[in-house]
Amino acid sequence: QLDFWLAPRGTGYPVDIRVPFPSLQPLKAHLEANGISYSIMIEDVQALVDDERMEMLRSRRQLPLSTNTFDYTTYHSLDEIYAFMDLLVAENPNLVSKLEIGRSTENRPLYVLKFSKGGTNRPAIWIDTGIHSREWVTQASGVWFARKIVLDHENDQGLASILDKMDIFLEIVTNPDGFVFTQTQNRMWRKTRSRNSDSSCIGVDPNRNWDAGFGGPGASRNPCSETYHGPYANSEPEVKAIVDFVKNHGNIKAFISIHSYSQLLLYPYGYTSSPAPDQKELHQISEKAVAALSSLYGTNYKYGSIITTIYQASGGTIDWTYNQGIKYSFTFELRDTGRYGFLLPAKQIVPTAQETWLALKVIMLHARDHPY
Amino acid sequence: AAMELPLSHRSVTRAAALAAHCACYQRGGPGRGLALRAVRRASRQDIDDVGRKYHLELVLEDVLDKDSTVNCTAEVLYHLGHKNVAPDVQFTIEGELKNTDEADNIFYNRIKSLEIELVAENIPDSHGNISPEMEPIHLLAWVASGYVIWQNSTEKTKFQLAQIKHVKQVKRSDEYLEFDYVILLHEMVSQEIIPWQMTVLWHPQHGVQVTQDSRQLKHASE
Repeated sequence: QLDFWLAPRGTGYPVDIRVPFPSLQPLKAHLEANGISYSIMIEDVQALVDDERMEMLRSRRQLPLSTNTFDYTTYHSLDEIYAFMDLLVAENPNLVSKLEIGRSTENRPLYVLKFSKGGTNRPAIWIDTGIHSREWVTQASGVWFARKIVLDHENDQGLASILDKMDIFLEIVTNPDGFVFTQTQNRMWRKTRSRNSDSSCIGVDPNRNWDAGFGGPGASRNPCSETYHGPYANSEPEVKAIVDFVKNHGNIKAFISIHSYSQLLLYPYGYTSSPAPDQKELHQISEKAVAALSSLYGTNYKYGSIITTIYQASGGTIDWTYNQGIKYSFTFELRDTGRYGFLLPAKQIVPTAQETWLALKVIMLHARDHPY
Repeated sequence: AAMELPLSHRSVTRAAALAAHCACYQRGGPGRGLALRAVRRASRQDIDDVGRKYHLELVLEDVLDKDSTVNCTAEVLYHLGHKNVAPDVQFTIEGELKNTDEADNIFYNRIKSLEIELVAENIPDSHGNISPEMEPIHLLAWVASGYVIWQNSTEKTKFQLAQIKHVKQVKRSDEYLEFDYVILLHEMVSQEIIPWQMTVLWHPQHGVQVTQDSRQLKHASE
């Protein structure tokens, strides 16, 4: 029963023994009866073993070993998310591939995951998260969506039927420079990290930099402002990369850009109060999508056009995509309504992603059923 | 004449948020914060030479107990032209708010008996965590920020407390607790994060009071 860590060698040499608890008293009695002195080196070996296991788990989080062991209930660094993407592709090479669509201002790769069951240039759905870096629940939800697509692509009838006809493109970290900045310097950073020529202030609002009403009311021409539109449309490489991708692809049928917070589902326009020609249909889809979202946890969403529901905003993503002819262009503002705002507790990541996914499926199914 | 408004219209959500912040300031404390749960009805009336008045029927919830809600009717009057005049907000709350005497007294005694003044930063932290000991400190800031928000609101703004950057207790010889906060306010329309200093007094029987507040300058690196 005694576990010798330093075995007996001869008289005058020490012996180290790990003693199981039931043997403790008998051994002590035996040593004392024989005049053998002893000291306790480690009181409780189990405690040390437990600590070590915890440490190993903690350091293993730096490098997820598979998408099964990846922790979806916590926020991750850029490196961890990029590692996740590679794992997802490696585990599902017939469904998922990774595309580099460009580089950020600070030369970070801009990655898009493509989910496809085949075909050539099928009609496609685009989803992006993290265009505003401080909106952390969005990148975290993007990671969850990626995994969800892989898990459900065969056994979920709706998703399987979508992928039979269409491809899904998912850009999880749309603004990686900003994201790294929120982790290292300023948790509340929103914009890109591009230098502005006449100012010490940095960054352009990537959701005011698109060529739709660019520079009009609803954006700022002050580089220090959070809604600075930039020197010209598509000045930001993060935006230009998507513009080029969308134009080159030529067959995107639904475009969904995800933000937080406010719990809203929005459709064009933001730059003008003229209603979008497809407003009625977009409004109906929104109603259904929001009902699906609410059905899971009772989370309340409002919906409507950007300009009537939150504010006038020019140079916005979905105004541009809509004007390109992508009829099903939507923006989400995820949880919450302000109690935690951008600092949403990590335990809300998965519920947020789960309910949002239901709304996304409504939009994707509608796009599948209404080809144009 | 009053005009009914669609409940998701931006002017309604802004006025409703403002009314909720005011109700929270008047009725809140370290043991109770009120937040807007829903808007049931909204209408608006332009009053010549005065301004624009919103009539709202709201549902407010207790942030610590989401099942506890009360109905609230509010009137928000944004004054015409005067940039520096806070909107008038009148409200009535129907129903009982939870009694927080026990929690209040525990918090009060805990702070009063601290040998070293309380100091803390970044509440919630980047991951949204608030430790249990800091919950009342956070709630107190949430309630007090209602005053700052009210004083600085217009039809074109929608403020929320984003984070407590820094809080420091200031020991007093009288019965009040005093905290000096630097908070970050998020203004939704401009998307700006605005640092704001506020001095907050609290006593279980006397409620929350903001005695001093000032907008801070943002650093160039932010």
